[in-house]
Amino acid sequence: MTTYLVKGASILGGERADLLLRDGRIEEVGAGLSAAGAVVLDADGLVALPGLVDLHTHLREPGREDAETVETGSRAAALGGFTAVHAMANTDPVADIAGVVEQVWSLGRRSGWVDVRPVGAVTVGLRGERLAELGAMATSAAGVRVFSDDGKCVHDAVLMRRALEYVKAFDGVVAQHSQEPRLTEGAQMHEGAVSAVVGLCGWPAVAEEAIVARDVLLAGHVGSRLHVCHLSTAGSVEIVRWAKSRGIDVTAEVTPHHLLLTDESVRSYDPVFKVNPPLRTAEDVLALRAALADGTIDAVATDHAPHPAEDKDCEWAAAAMGMTGLETALSIVQHTMVDTGLLDWAQAADRMSTAPARIGRLADHGRPLVAGEPANLVLVDPAASRTVDPGVMATMGRNSPYRGMVLPGQVIATVFRGRATVLDGALCWEQALSCGHGYGGEKKVER
Amino acid sequence: MRHLLSAADLDRDTAVHVLDVAEQMAATQRREIKKLPTLRGRTVVNLFFEDSTRTRISFEAAAKRLSADVINFSAKGSSVSKGESLKDTALTLEAMGADAVVVRHSASGAPHRLAHAGWIRGAVVNAGDGTHEHPTQALLDAFTLRRHLVGADGASRGRDLAGKRVAIVGDVLHSRVARSNVLLLGRLGAEVTLVAPPTLLPVGVDGWPCTTSYDLDAVLAGRTSGPLDAVMMLRVQAERMNAAYFPSAREYSRRYGLDARRLALLPEHTIVMHPGPMNRGLEISAEAADSPRSTIVEQVSNGVAVRMAVLYLLLSGESVSGGNP
Repeated sequence: MTTYLVKGASILGGERADLLLRDGRIEEVGAGLSAAGAVVLDADGLVALPGLVDLHTHLREPGREDAETVETGSRAAALGGFTAVHAMANTDPVADIAGVVEQVWSLGRRSGWVDVRPVGAVTVGLRGERLAELGAMATSAAGVRVFSDDGKCVHDAVLMRRALEYVKAFDGVVAQHSQEPRLTEGAQMHEGAVSAVVGLCGWPAVAEEAIVARDVLLAGHVGSRLHVCHLSTAGSVEIVRWAKSRGIDVTAEVTPHHLLLTDESVRSYDPVFKVNPPLRTAEDVLALRAALADGTIDAVATDHAPHPAEDKDCEWAAAAMGMTGLETALSIVQHTMVDTGLLDWAQAADRMSTAPARIGRLADHGRPLVAGEPANLVLVDPAASRTVDPGVMATMGRNSPYRGMVLPGQVIATVFRGRATVLDGALCWEQALSCGHGYGGEKKVER
Repeated sequence: MRHLLSAADLDRDTAVHVLDVAEQMAATQRREIKKLPTLRGRTVVNLFFEDSTRTRISFEAAAKRLSADVINFSAKGSSVSKGESLKDTALTLEAMGADAVVVRHSASGAPHRLAHAGWIRGAVVNAGDGTHEHPTQALLDAFTLRRHLVGADGASRGRDLAGKRVAIVGDVLHSRVARSNVLLLGRLGAEVTLVAPPTLLPVGVDGWPCTTSYDLDAVLAGRTSGPLDAVMMLRVQAERMNAAYFPSAREYSRRYGLDARRLALLPEHTIVMHPGPMNRGLEISAEAADSPRSTIVEQVSNGVAVRMAVLYLLLSGESVSGGNP
């Protein structure tokens, strides 16, 4: 395996140091390091962060390989600075049995760009009727710890209570897609001033908040861990803040798009802005940013949702919900949180790596950049800027809402288990093809 | 004016100009020979994804009286029912050389997509999209209001509806007619009051350029914002009754229907409008629908003149602020 010497990186945006990466570990951190035979990465002006961890990624495989595959989605993740992603369960077949989660896990290992951690479905077929075999998925080779019916809400209160209780046996967490189904029948966009004008059926904030409120109370009652997916409203922030103040073990994620975009975009009727939960108001955006800054919201998660062109090239009501996000997430966080002074880089690393790794129980990710830790890290050029062009992205989805926007920041290099997956802002093919994917005991050909 | 997608596309002067042109069109319709050569050689496609006999016939008559070639494309029995996308339908029409596409669609924003997605080059006229807008209905309503309240046969030329009070009553939440009328009548200086049960007013209506009330009797008697010049009743669709918007048809009718008793609350000159089709006995009684104040049939004939004006202005290349046809 190649040894890398990263020269002069700003560690978490602070002091500059060299990092020596050997055999999948950070061997040494300090000034003026040298190592014979090491490939030197000049990190002058770059910020070093622990490799990013996404709690919420749709890789679409198995079943919708026309939208994305584990291979293409994990390439996109590497380019975005990620070293681990959680693959959501709403595939076809649904990831509700050990066989499917093991298949996704093994596809991820074969691709080798990031750690692909499958999420298991909470209920059979996402139907919300009876529990899937959560224990079997937890003890499978995939070692599932996050369970979610994402895309559907576990709306039955008894079933949700049982799921919250049951996963305690293996330190799992239920990640809830909070959407009261009756209040959102036919919903197309946030319900408010804009929906009233454009005449699209509303998705009221209360439909999210009612479920978040119920779930934190349930989690408190049974002493379980709850994770709130893609929290999108100012009211949900207040509920989670209250729950945390009461000592309830709840965590929450926010997507990059909910940190930047608002329902005003829907006036264009361009379905690239159609997403679930929907884009909310400017007041919600500000509340979400503040909550991510003060830690009420623990993590940023992309909800990367690629769709084939025909599912977006149509009228709004017929379009699929979702937008891509892996390759733009860090730039959006820099733009909305770091450049605005709400987070420093160390805090951004917490929200995009440490906290999601802790929630997903990933031992090798989100670790400090110190000697002895796994070599999962990303080098970012915060001074760079780029114009977003979905056509050149690694994801198969072209449904980026940021098309044409100029965003700050560029991932220059991503190192996954000591192996560079991205160098000079491009995928590192030779490494991917030549080595044993960075996993221990598979040291094979070096270049 | 490149397309007509929303009443918000029309500023005050443009809207008045459309009404003035419509008056001239209406004058030509009183001649023995009604057909004008204006759009000879141009092709207008009526693209109707939803059933709407009256709107389609109105656009068809308007285009034919201007000598345009008219193609009627109805979703039923077409490739659309076999799953063809809006995009492919649009590309087909483009390949056939449509100069204007008049579109009716159940999805809000579908005409907007047709106009802006780069699929077609022709002008797009929104003939009603989902629960969004129906701008030519608002134009014909404004035309009817102006004739009755400001002056008929050209006497109202150049004038708007400043100070006129209009109540729009019924299912505002699902009504494209209400949305377009609120925008257009507001631009023309009218004072609009929406009257509906709270369940049938959209969340966010407080941002609209109008006032709202839950009390039809008070509005009709002029107790909320002064005496009315017109009351426009909206159709209540049967499927709303199963979704708890109101308890029963009878209760709706009692609280929000225009019947003989309520008709008597109105000042002498107030006109009664309805975009059709009516549910007699539900939102409007026979006495109200058939009373001398009713402009319901006249609205239909005004629709042809207004749609002639819209097609003429979109296809003739006349600048929006320009002169006579």
